[in-house]
Amino acid sequence: MAKRVEATGVTAYYGSFKAIDNINLRVEPKTVTALIGPSGCGKSTFLRSINRMHEVLPGARVEGSLTVDDENIYDKDVDVTAVRRMIGMVFQRPNPFPTMSIFDNVVAGLKLNGVRRKSVLQDAAEKALRSANLWDEVKDRLGKPGAGLSGGQQQRLCIARTIAVEPQVVLMDEPCSALDPISTLAIEDLMFKLKDKYTIIIVTHNMQQAARVSDRTAFFSIERTGDPGRLIEHDSTQKIFSNPSQKKTEDYITGRFG
Amino acid sequence: MADRHSRSADVSTGGPGVTSSHARPAGATASTGVLDGQPGGNAPVPPDFRINGGGLGGGGSLPRRKGFGAESMFRGLTLAAGTMVLVIIVAITVFLIAKAVPALRADDANFLTETDWFANDSPPRFGIAALAFGTVVSAVIALVVAVPIALGIALYLSHYAHQRIATTLGFLIDLLAAVPSVVFGLWGVIVFVEPVRDFSVWLNKYFSWIPLFGGDGPFGRSLMLGGLVLAIMVLPIITSLSREVFMQTPTANEEAALALGSTKWEMIRTAVLPYGRPGVIASVMLGLGRALGETIALAMTLGFINEISPNIIKNGGNTIAANIANGFGEAGEIGRGALIASGLVLFTITLVVNMIARAIIYRRREFTESAA
Repeated sequence: MAKRVEATGVTAYYGSFKAIDNINLRVEPKTVTALIGPSGCGKSTFLRSINRMHEVLPGARVEGSLTVDDENIYDKDVDVTAVRRMIGMVFQRPNPFPTMSIFDNVVAGLKLNGVRRKSVLQDAAEKALRSANLWDEVKDRLGKPGAGLSGGQQQRLCIARTIAVEPQVVLMDEPCSALDPISTLAIEDLMFKLKDKYTIIIVTHNMQQAARVSDRTAFFSIERTGDPGRLIEHDSTQKIFSNPSQKKTEDYITGRFG
Repeated sequence: MADRHSRSADVSTGGPGVTSSHARPAGATASTGVLDGQPGGNAPVPPDFRINGGGLGGGGSLPRRKGFGAESMFRGLTLAAGTMVLVIIVAITVFLIAKAVPALRADDANFLTETDWFANDSPPRFGIAALAFGTVVSAVIALVVAVPIALGIALYLSHYAHQRIATTLGFLIDLLAAVPSVVFGLWGVIVFVEPVRDFSVWLNKYFSWIPLFGGDGPFGRSLMLGGLVLAIMVLPIITSLSREVFMQTPTANEEAALALGSTKWEMIRTAVLPYGRPGVIASVMLGLGRALGETIALAMTLGFINEISPNIIKNGGNTIAANIANGFGEAGEIGRGALIASGLVLFTITLVVNMIARAIIYRRREFTESAA
């Protein structure tokens, strides 16, 4: 259920602007990898290039190779929708479909893939909501609008929606930045649980969060505004936070920069 | 302006800074002169607006509320403007009813069921049935043709077209809305009638077993021609409003759908169309209102036979508005009253349509507020 992600020479552009330059990074299955770094350093851009969401923006493109279990997702004949089904994504702000009920939100991905049987959808919805630690809170109101939940519940709903299609890899783009500390804790607990089944890559601005949830940490940085983001250091989270090998990393995590 | 100047003077002297027309707890919320006079005037102000010391937030004793000033004057003006709408609506209704009643009394037939319109005969015989039928049928034809095309264009402009093409095409669509209806009428009756006639003959040849396309001619100046001309006229309204709604779809929702592995069309079906549905319905209602009330283009294109027939391709058809435009010139006292009575019916139909549209737009507003 979880696959290895390996980026080789990934460079991403917005039009003529180079946002990240030559990223080489390997993420093992069933681990949590945190991407940290100052704003504008290309963490999110890199994350979005892992499931080919980067190219959704007009003028955006990616060079280099990104393999998931040795399959290059940027091959010309790869179906981009299959890539995104395999690599799910949770966004910074909770974004449940506002017109849909809680139930319909969870099974939206399954319906898109042609699953129509009511019983199958119900089982999948319950399973996904249980995995997302949301089932007990919403089981009595599955028909109510998803937008009516609290921010933290909405984000867990979005996580349920993402894992309902049983992806191999789950990407999270600052999933807790719009949430209060208690909801954040709930999501972090969830990440521990999801790690058993999925490869998780998370972008975060919260270094305590990175230290708490991740096995490995990758530090991105830029020289100055306008320069492309680069991967400075990638190592076990413990090493990065206790004894980083790069001066820049140390400056960042001790708060002297960024 | 003098008011504002005196306020900035307060700031520099550190005097009482609470605005003169709003009593507010001193220092509770800083306020700028720009925001005053609006309900949102007590919005939080960025830190750099806060001037050290008492600042705009006050200090010192609170000045009393003014009895009369710009506030109450503006309030009176807006109230008057609002009331005027009501007065105009009532005046129109009273005028229509007052003129219509004598003619309806003189009517020798049942106004609601009679199809003929001989309002100038004696005794006068006229009824709204065929006219109302023609009005509704031509509007329905217009919508059936225009809505799918308009939604297609709107989706193309909002989600498929390149930025530059979308801007140009959007401008052209808006230009289409600016073409006067008399020009559409002229074009319809001189140019467009030819292909419509050929098409009608073809439909009649192969599909005459469908009542809509039966009969044996002559074809051309039919409800279908009128409806198609109307379709072109309501197209820009529906297109530009729907496009606006589609473009307002939150990017977050579109990305959510894409990240679940949907194709572009699936993304539109999952995120864009459900989000835009109330707005699209409202735009269709507005288009319908336009189609129901359209006068001159139909007065020029229809064949004027007052009858209720399912056949939409043969010469004939008449609508309330077109009947008024064509008949007003030679109408006598009763004739005018009769036309006004028909106008009242049209007024009622469009009023109902507009109210439905309003209700839907209102519901949508509540909906977007809850979604935000």
